[in-house]
Amino acid sequence: MTEPVSVLSSRWRDGRAHEIARYTDLDGYASLDLAFAKDPAELVQIVKDSGLRGRGGAGFPTGMKWGFLAKGTGRPIYLVVNADESEPGTFKDMELVERDPHALVEGTIVSAYAIGCQQAFIYLRGECGFAGRRLSAAIGQAYERGLLGRDIKGSGFDLEVVLHRGAGAYICGEETALLSSLEGERGQPKLRPPFPAVEGLYRAPTTVNNVETIASVPWIFRQGVDWFRSMGTEKSPGPKLFSVCGDVRRPGNYEYPLGTPARELIAGAAGGMLDGKELKAWTPGGSSTPMLTADHLDTPMDFESIQRAGSLLGTGALIVLSQDVCIVRACLNFTRFYAHESCGKCTPCREGTDWMWKILTRLEGGQGRREDMDTLADICDSIFGRSFCALGDGATSPIVSALQYFRAEFDQHVDGHGCPFGGARVAVGAH
Amino acid sequence: MPLTEKTLASADELIARYPERRSALLPLLFLLQAEDGYVSPAGIAQVAGLLGLTRAEVAGVATFYNMFRRRPVGKYLVSVCRTLPCQLRGSGEIAGALCRRLGVPPGGTDPSGAVTVEEVECLAACDGAPVLQVNTENYERLSKDEALALVERLLRDELPPPTLAGDGATTELSTASLHWRLAGVGDPPSELAGRRPSPEGSGGELP
Repeated sequence: MTEPVSVLSSRWRDGRAHEIARYTDLDGYASLDLAFAKDPAELVQIVKDSGLRGRGGAGFPTGMKWGFLAKGTGRPIYLVVNADESEPGTFKDMELVERDPHALVEGTIVSAYAIGCQQAFIYLRGECGFAGRRLSAAIGQAYERGLLGRDIKGSGFDLEVVLHRGAGAYICGEETALLSSLEGERGQPKLRPPFPAVEGLYRAPTTVNNVETIASVPWIFRQGVDWFRSMGTEKSPGPKLFSVCGDVRRPGNYEYPLGTPARELIAGAAGGMLDGKELKAWTPGGSSTPMLTADHLDTPMDFESIQRAGSLLGTGALIVLSQDVCIVRACLNFTRFYAHESCGKCTPCREGTDWMWKILTRLEGGQGRREDMDTLADICDSIFGRSFCALGDGATSPIVSALQYFRAEFDQHVDGHGCPFGGARVAVGAH
Repeated sequence: MPLTEKTLASADELIARYPERRSALLPLLFLLQAEDGYVSPAGIAQVAGLLGLTRAEVAGVATFYNMFRRRPVGKYLVSVCRTLPCQLRGSGEIAGALCRRLGVPPGGTDPSGAVTVEEVECLAACDGAPVLQVNTENYERLSKDEALALVERLLRDELPPPTLAGDGATTELSTASLHWRLAGVGDPPSELAGRRPSPEGSGGELP
């Protein structure tokens, strides 16, 4: 059995860690002095050496991303923290911000110092009221203590942080869409290159990092590269917050080293299946990652292993479905999400998600045709890799994987002119 | 004008906060919504003027985001998650029951202007499924009957505490207060707390 770790979640049970006095009692903001004593380039190298990979879904090496920032452009460098957590099944960043908001502020300060940024933005979901209050208060307290603003702790380093609220759009979790939104535009992705590291916010070099990623940085500065690498695998080191939800007894966030098998998260941490039901399918990283089955439960939850198993680690969000969930209805629910959230910029995604929603609706309603499954697979082919951003790719994940593992269930819907699950647990709509 | 003289000072503060003026657009739309209960046509014109944008540019942004409303929203906005983890735990039935109780389709507001009910996508709190929000604060793991009882109280202008009240969470007293908060200019003025937009709004829908 893998032991849970207590790093990013170590202050969550404290109950008062959101107050700056308590946070500093718990060694909070200790990474500032350590960081300010070093050359920024050295800090970037430390993050590179740590092997920290982005926790927002893509898993790109954070130090390398920082290293791409264009130098000497005559423009400022911006750090934008992506706190727009919206991937279905994912709820780690919001709990972190609610329970330990200073951890994000501290991470923002030392990360900004490392990359030479004096103006950071935290883009936080509009719909998350508690997280918003907590983070806003934490930023205010940090300013009062002189941990933000001019000449922080006599280091000569200045940093302004602006909390910017989203207004309801999943797509704004995509980094170029997020930057468009922050510039006051519709949240639509941009074609890359140029990457944000060269031309990002206000056309200046910009790095966009996820909440969990940024909150990991102070730990690396304080505890060192070897300590960080003592957890996880060679290519996926460190602790990770896993969100487990769906048909489990104890849904919640659980912190384990990367590489922990899903079985331990589901059967162990989350208390096993709800009502002793049998597992049918699960996502490793939210609805945008291909579903896996009971056969994959021993796959280590790291970027490489999950990819070898045919899916993606994504945000590390396990949505667990039991045998009594209709897979067509599950796909229908997810596809409605993507059709609703597609920003409309790229035709394959905008049109394709809507077509798939219609086809799944008719399959579920008993009007499915035998050729519908091929049509769905065709549409997925036409979307995948043919849109500016990953939303389109993600929209194909549930359907492609469901057809791979549960094709017979689709056939049953056609042959039986309806859903074999009858009183299914997923509503098609409120009206 | 939709943004009063007092609010305009906050608008100036927002515009000054960003390296480029246009970045203040989303916060300004929240500010407008705090005043008018929705993004009113007159407000769009005013915001466009403040930022040097066309009305079409502002309306194009306003209609992109779910939280900007094209009709006046009730004092209490009840948002029910409809994404899979919540629907596995009955959120679909809850949304249906609330709509029937209020006699409105999803997105509708009861005739008194007290409660708007809507279905929304994943709220990043799936461990609390089924998740329902009042003014963006979570009320988790409610049964259908508990959700109906919550709405009855909202209709009587009573606001029960959210799930994480013990941890310090509080629910904004009105959508007007909520939208002020989202604009990012500090605590909402007390006069917004009791505001209940008239169902007719102040000037029709967006063009």
